[in-house]
Amino acid sequence: MSAVLPDLDLDALLDDRNTRIIVCCGSGGVGKTTTAAAFALRAAERGRDVVVLTIDPARRLAQSLGLTELDNTPRPVEGIDTSAGGQQHAMMLDMKRTFDDIVLEHADKGRAEQILANPFYQSLSASFAGTQEYMAMEKLGQLHARGEWDLIVVDTPPSRSALDFLDAPNRLGSFLDGRFIKILTAPAKVGGFGAFKLLTSGFSLVTGALGKLLGSGLLADVQSFVNALDTMFGGFRERAEATYRLLQAKGTSFVVVAVPEADALREASFFARRLAEEKMPLAGLVLNRVHPRLADLTAERSLAAAEQLDVPHPTSAQSLAGGLLRLHAERVELNRREARHAGRFAASHPGISMLRLPAQAEDVHDLDGLRAVTEAAQQAV
Amino acid sequence: MTTADSAAAKDWPGVRLHVVTGKGGTGKTTVAGSLALALASRAATRRRATGPARTPRVLLVEVEGRQGLAQLFDAPPLPYEERRVATVPGGGEVWALAIDPEQALLEYLDMFYKLGAAAKALKRFGAIDFATTVAPGIRDVLLTGKTCEAVRRRAHEEGRTFHYDAVVMDAPPTGRIIRFLNVNSEVSGLARMGPIHNQADAVMRVLTSAQTAVHFVTLLEEMPVQETLDGIAELHEAGLPVGGIMVNQARDVVLTEAQLKRAASEGVDRAELGSGLSEVGLDRPAIVDALSALATEHARRVLLEQEQRESLSDCEAPIYELPLLNDGVDRVGLDRLAAALKNQGAA
Repeated sequence: MSAVLPDLDLDALLDDRNTRIIVCCGSGGVGKTTTAAAFALRAAERGRDVVVLTIDPARRLAQSLGLTELDNTPRPVEGIDTSAGGQQHAMMLDMKRTFDDIVLEHADKGRAEQILANPFYQSLSASFAGTQEYMAMEKLGQLHARGEWDLIVVDTPPSRSALDFLDAPNRLGSFLDGRFIKILTAPAKVGGFGAFKLLTSGFSLVTGALGKLLGSGLLADVQSFVNALDTMFGGFRERAEATYRLLQAKGTSFVVVAVPEADALREASFFARRLAEEKMPLAGLVLNRVHPRLADLTAERSLAAAEQLDVPHPTSAQSLAGGLLRLHAERVELNRREARHAGRFAASHPGISMLRLPAQAEDVHDLDGLRAVTEAAQQAV
Repeated sequence: MTTADSAAAKDWPGVRLHVVTGKGGTGKTTVAGSLALALASRAATRRRATGPARTPRVLLVEVEGRQGLAQLFDAPPLPYEERRVATVPGGGEVWALAIDPEQALLEYLDMFYKLGAAAKALKRFGAIDFATTVAPGIRDVLLTGKTCEAVRRRAHEEGRTFHYDAVVMDAPPTGRIIRFLNVNSEVSGLARMGPIHNQADAVMRVLTSAQTAVHFVTLLEEMPVQETLDGIAELHEAGLPVGGIMVNQARDVVLTEAQLKRAASEGVDRAELGSGLSEVGLDRPAIVDALSALATEHARRVLLEQEQRESLSDCEAPIYELPLLNDGVDRVGLDRLAAALKNQGAA
């Protein structure tokens, strides 16, 4: 028999007033956004004052959360049960605007305009592979600093790899703090006089080559952009480190979301290991879209019966029962496969608790649908 | 003229670059792999009636550094080098390449500038890192540029014009595909002149030509279908060629239309179900309950899928349906999908 993970007690996690931040992460397409929204709703209806930060929700789900436009501001969610004294806000991340806001907040007007108009900034803020991840963390920091909510639930960007989300802030930070940028902006700062000479000869080789390749206009743009940034931030790295500390802080809980398939669980496995290395607390694995076995009837028996019913010119009753028995046999097989994948994960991560969310027949796009997600989990336990 | 070019009769004559995108989790890599197998299994062709037969050779490229192709074909991690990962009956071959932007940049510099020492210096100063990971437009030009190079590469053997008959790209997800392919507009603000700019122009010439088709992989669910429709509209706008829609994991329908409707609304006819089950000695309440629940779930799902299928058919792209692989994705499963693609005219 494969290893079985202890169940994750969702309500205990949500009810614990010491839980201040829940980060939902996982690879793309596993249902992070829905999970984050469902957890937030359940917490709010159990009395917490919650804000959920979503990255890229389905249109109808966004509408049901009161998010009709991407305005980067938390909006109250209407229609929730407030009898336990809780309330819920929701917001959708606008990554470019978050970046623009940082610039506007930290630079004087003239300089800010200069930065916002710089083509390099425009490219970086709209499409740097890590900008979305970085800005999600930046926004989390801002929401946390406002102190208006006692629980923040964060969805993470739909990157293909779950790990991008942990690496991106550092990557952006270390880029802006990097050796190359430092040399570009202020060669004299690096090393002593001798080293400086050596560096500059190597450096002109580099800028020469890059200039040839990219056109010299680009280097000038980068130089002016980085110079402008450098003076106003006091180091991106510091911000990235502050975010890291927040993620390690007591009160932050990660849940890794995965579907019971090999690829998603492989990603989840990497992520669980990585969180442990970074000393970030993992509350558990959310196994999303599981297919519970509905009756105590083996696939073999089910298929044999279906074949028996497979007669020439079947009656409506025969075709109905036969079709459903085949469906049941498939379900049992699927359930067995899912259990095997989950078992493999459990075997390599003893002690991680697991919450199973049964697959919903229909897409989730309203509050009732979100409630059904976590309700079904309670029944499945 | 070719004498036995089966491609001419199919949906994508003349297309040599198949770009496969789709929302995360829809099975992009799997579909890209099976499309490559399908293209490789086309009939051998001869340029002249008496010339040598050439069996198809297809290159499958990945651009996100995830080693998804190696896993798909159960091969060791791919280096930055084209490797044969599969052969098909009839002799066709599938090769795979994991494009690494840093390696592509160095290769590119070497090809055009013979930058021995300077390339090392670039690396030492973190400039390569800078150029490939931070200026995403530039990174994308390198990835698409290498792909287009493979598309245009000439053959050295007799009887063959191009080294590869087709190239299939396991591309970034739908959310990033326009930005990824539309390298020109991404790069023009950054590199206004110089070789990267010229390279972007050359890439765009291939990507916007009739040699290219961008296919979308989707499930019959709301989000992926919406993303597919949005993606197709954006491709049209950007002047990029829209290919087909691959509906992945299509479900078999086990109930009649009337049974579906009833199961979805008031629930299945339990008396009828019970009488059917009684013939095989399974008319126990627990089993009737379970099968009724299954029927409702199945019916709702099927009706939802029909709705999504209808929204997809509103756009003009051809739709290919791929079965759900119950036994997981392995070579046998890939071959099943490849056969389905071929039978429906996608390859």
